[in-house]
Amino acid sequence: MSIATPNGFQLDNTGRRVVVDPITRIEGHLRIEVNVDEQNIIRNAVSTGTMWRGLEVILRGRDPRDAWAFVQRICGVCTGVHALASVRAVEHALGIEIPENANTIRNIMHLTLYAHDHLVHFYHLHALDWVDVVSALNADPKATSELAQSISNWPMSSPGYFRDLQNRLKKFVESGQLGPFRNAYWGHPAYKLPPEANLMAVAHYLEALDFQKEIVKIQTIFGGRNPHPNWLVGGVPSPINLNDTGAVGAVNMERLNMVSSIIDRTIEFIDNVYIPDLLAIASFYKEWAGIGGGLSSKYLMSYGDLPRSANDYSPGNLMMPRGAIIDGNLGEVQDIDLGKLDEIQEYVTHSWYKYGDEQKGLHPFQGETVPNFDIGGAKGTKTRIEAVDESAKYSWIKAPRWNGHAMEVGPLARYVIGYVKGMPDFKEPVDMVLQKLGGLPVTALFSTLGRTAARGLECSWAAHALKAEFDKLVANIKAGDVATANMANFEPSTWKKSAQGYGFVEAPRGALAHWIDIEDRKIKNYQCVVPTTWNASPRDPAGKIGAYEAALLDTPMHDPEKPLEILRTIHSFDPCLACATHVLDMEGNEVTSVKVR
Amino acid sequence: MGRQETFYELIRRQGISRRNFLKFCSLSAASLGLAPHFAGKIAHAMETKPRVPVLWMHGLECTCCTESFIRSAHPLAKDVILSMISLDYDDTIMAAAGHQAEEIIEVIRKDFKGQYILAVEGNPPLGNDGTFCIPGGRPFVERLTEVASDAAAVIAWGSCASWGCVQAAKPNPTQATPIHKVIKGKPIVKVPGCPPIAEVMTGVITYYVTFGELPALDRQGRPLMFYSQRVHDKCYRRGHFDAGQFAETFDDRGSREGYCLYKVGCRGPTTYNACSTTRWNEGVSFPIGSGHGCLGCSEPDFWDNGPFYERLETFPQFGAETNATRIGATAAAVVGVGIAAHAGLTALRQAKVKPNSPVDSEKRAG
Repeated sequence: MSIATPNGFQLDNTGRRVVVDPITRIEGHLRIEVNVDEQNIIRNAVSTGTMWRGLEVILRGRDPRDAWAFVQRICGVCTGVHALASVRAVEHALGIEIPENANTIRNIMHLTLYAHDHLVHFYHLHALDWVDVVSALNADPKATSELAQSISNWPMSSPGYFRDLQNRLKKFVESGQLGPFRNAYWGHPAYKLPPEANLMAVAHYLEALDFQKEIVKIQTIFGGRNPHPNWLVGGVPSPINLNDTGAVGAVNMERLNMVSSIIDRTIEFIDNVYIPDLLAIASFYKEWAGIGGGLSSKYLMSYGDLPRSANDYSPGNLMMPRGAIIDGNLGEVQDIDLGKLDEIQEYVTHSWYKYGDEQKGLHPFQGETVPNFDIGGAKGTKTRIEAVDESAKYSWIKAPRWNGHAMEVGPLARYVIGYVKGMPDFKEPVDMVLQKLGGLPVTALFSTLGRTAARGLECSWAAHALKAEFDKLVANIKAGDVATANMANFEPSTWKKSAQGYGFVEAPRGALAHWIDIEDRKIKNYQCVVPTTWNASPRDPAGKIGAYEAALLDTPMHDPEKPLEILRTIHSFDPCLACATHVLDMEGNEVTSVKVR
Repeated sequence: MGRQETFYELIRRQGISRRNFLKFCSLSAASLGLAPHFAGKIAHAMETKPRVPVLWMHGLECTCCTESFIRSAHPLAKDVILSMISLDYDDTIMAAAGHQAEEIIEVIRKDFKGQYILAVEGNPPLGNDGTFCIPGGRPFVERLTEVASDAAAVIAWGSCASWGCVQAAKPNPTQATPIHKVIKGKPIVKVPGCPPIAEVMTGVITYYVTFGELPALDRQGRPLMFYSQRVHDKCYRRGHFDAGQFAETFDDRGSREGYCLYKVGCRGPTTYNACSTTRWNEGVSFPIGSGHGCLGCSEPDFWDNGPFYERLETFPQFGAETNATRIGATAAAVVGVGIAAHAGLTALRQAKVKPNSPVDSEKRAG
C-alpha cells in the first residue's frame, strides 16, 4: 500500500523486502530494511538501532564534574564531543566561566577531531563504497602516476611507488586471505572508477591509515591520550608553562612546536590527498548528486560551534553556523533555543520505550525512558528478528523533532546553512566544488554526493581553522595570559543547591546537546540528544520519517542482494549508533526489570 | 580459496629480501623488548605459520578499542592487517555488510575450527533476554558464545570485554557482563583499558603470531608484560610524590611545575597498566604527562570508584620496592607536606594487601 508521509514522501511496502544487518563500516549497530519495487527501486526504508546501553541512567547520583568521562564513553570514534558537551552543560548550570586559553585549547582539541574523523570516515568507512580494490590490480602504474600527478603535487606518486603497492596488493589478494576485503562487492556494476583511480585510492587508503595516527597526537599533547583524552570542568587539565621552573611538566615550547608541525602536515595531507581524491572520485559518480537527498533540501539544523572568544555561545561568536531551515525555505534561517520546552522533543511511538502518552513528545528536561522491547508484528521472534514491523515499535533510537519536524544534521546541514547565511568560509568552497564538477547547480548539494563533499570541505576548513586557533593561543600566551583553568567554583561546596543547564556542540556528525539537572551537588538527571538520533530517527506518531529513511527512498539498486547503493547513502551520513542509542528515565522510574541468568 | 601462505612466503613474494626479512624480525624482537636471540625465533615462526584468522566482534561498546588499535605505530595497523593476521571480520572496517558479512563468520568457523582468534570489543548485555544488543536480529550473547566455541583463543579488548566498563557501572541497567562470564573453556587474554594502549594491543597480537602461544598472564588473565606494575610505580612524577610535592588543584604552581597529581585524584597508585612507560600515541604523552590524573581505566569497576577528583583515600601498597616507602615517608616529614597521606598510606600498606592484586610487588621485592 502506498502512503504519503506528512513530510512529503511516498512509502510503499508491498515490494520485496531486503534486510541489511549489520550495516558495517560505522560505529555501533545499525539495521536497514527496504522494500524494492519490480525495477529494484527503493520504495520504503526502515532504520533500526539495535543496541542500548543506558549511560544516562548510570550518571544519576554522580559528581557532575565526572560526567564528561562517562559520556565520553558514549563514543570512541567521535571521541571528545560528548565530553565537551558535558563540561559546557555543567559550566552552564553552575555559571562557571573558563579562561581564554581553555576555550582556544578546547577548539584545538575539537578541530583536531574534525580533521581526523572526517579523514578516517572518507578513506576507511566510506571509500570502499566507491573504490573497487580488486580492480586496482588491473591498473597501469605509469598511468596511475600520471593521474595522481595531474590532480595533486603530493610527492608519493611515482610509477614505482604505485607498482610496489600494486604488487603488495596482488600478493595479498592471491594469498586467499582477504581479511577486511573479503566477500565484498568487487566487480559490482555500480563501481565506476577506472583501475588507475582505484589503485590511487587504495594507496591513499593505506597512507591515510598511517597518517591519521599523527593527527590525534595534538589531542594527546593537551589531553594525555587519544582516544578518550582528558577534559576538565572550568577549563582544560594541561597547564601552560613556557619559561619557568619545571616547564617540561606542562605545555611548553617543545609541545607547541609539535602541535604546530602536526597541523602543517595535516593541512598538507588533507589539501593534497583527500580533497583531490574526493573531486576525482566524485567526477565519476555525478549521478549521485541526484540520489539520496532525503530531508536535506527541506529540513536542516545546526547548533553552531567553536566560540571565537571564551564563554560566549551566541551565533555571532561561533565560527560554525547556527540555525534551522524548514519546509525548504532557504531564504530564512530560524533561531534555535535548546532551553525552550516546546522546541526539541523526543517521541517513542516507534521506539522500544514506553511513555505515559505516546502521542506526545517530551523535551529533554522532561523526558522519560522505560525500555519496552515490543516487536509488534515483526517477522520472527524477539530473539530472531527476520523483518521488523515499522507500523509498531522498531528501534532502540528515539525520534527527536524540532518544532515537530524531523531534521537532518551534519556537515551538509552546516554547509547549506553557512551558504545561505552568506558566510564566505562556507559559500566559497561550495561554489568552487560545484564549478569543478562541471557546473553543478546548488541543488546538487542535496544528495549523497553533496553530503560526502561537504564533509571533505569541512575537513579542510577544520585543518586551516586549527592553524588559526593555534596562532591565537600563542598570541595570547605572548600577551602574558597563561591561565588554563578557573578553579574558583570547582569545589561542590561553592555550588547552589539546584541548577540546570545545557551544553551544545557541533560534532562531526551533527548537532549534539546535553542537558543536566544538578541537585544537592549530584546529578539528578542527564539527557543527550545526539546527531545520529536525529539522522537515524524512526517515525513519529504523525508518520514523519527521519533522514536515513527519507534519503534511501527512490534509489535504484542494481542487485538488492548486494546492497552497495544502500551503503553509499547511509555511509554519507557517517552513522554513529553508540551515540544514538542511550537514554534516561527522568522520572526515576525503574528502568527495566532484568532477568538474572 | 587458495593455499594459506606463511608470513615469510608472503613477504618474499612481495619482493622483500631475506636479509630485510631478518632485519624486520630483529626490529620486532626489539619492539617487544626481547633479547636479540629472539629474532631467530621470530623468523622461524614467520616462515612456518599461515596468517591467523581473527574475527573481531562488537557488543555494547563505543569502538574506542578499534580506534586505539589503528593508532598503532609499531607495528603499523596497516602491516598487522595486511601481513600478520587475517582480519576476516571486523564490522567497523570490513567492506562487506549484511549477509555477506555474516557469511564470513560461518566460513571461518568451519574452515579454521579451533585455529582462529576471537577478539571481542564490548560485552553482551544479559538483561531482557539479551535484547539490548541485537546485531543481525539476534542477541549478541548467543552469537558471541557460538563463535567462541570454535576459537583457539579469545582476546578481551578493553575494559568492556574484560570487566564490564561504563555500561556495567551501577546500576548496570542492561546487565552488561564481561565476556569471561559467558565464554567457558577457552583461554581468554584480557587487555583492559578504556581504551587499551595501541601498542599494547598490537604487542599482544604480535606475541601470539610470533611465538604461537598466548603471553604469560596474571591471575586475572592480563599479560604480565604490560599489566604487572602500577602506573605509579614508573611514573616520571614519582619523585615529587616521594618528596611530598603535590599539585593542590589544576593550573596552580605545582601543576605547572609538574608535581604529583595524587591530590587531584590520580589513580596511578592503584592502576595496573603500561601508560607511564609505553605511553600513548607513539610515546607522545599519557594522562599524567598532560596534567590530569589517571582515571584507573584499566581496573575493574573503576567507574564506581569515584568521584574522580577526590584523592584516593586508601591504596594498599604504594612502593615499587619496600624501601621506597621509607624514603617517601622521610622526605615527606622533612618537607612537611603530605605527612598525613604518607603516614596513613604506610600504615595501610603494612596492614593489608590488596586481595586480588595480580603481582604482589612486596613479595617480589622481598
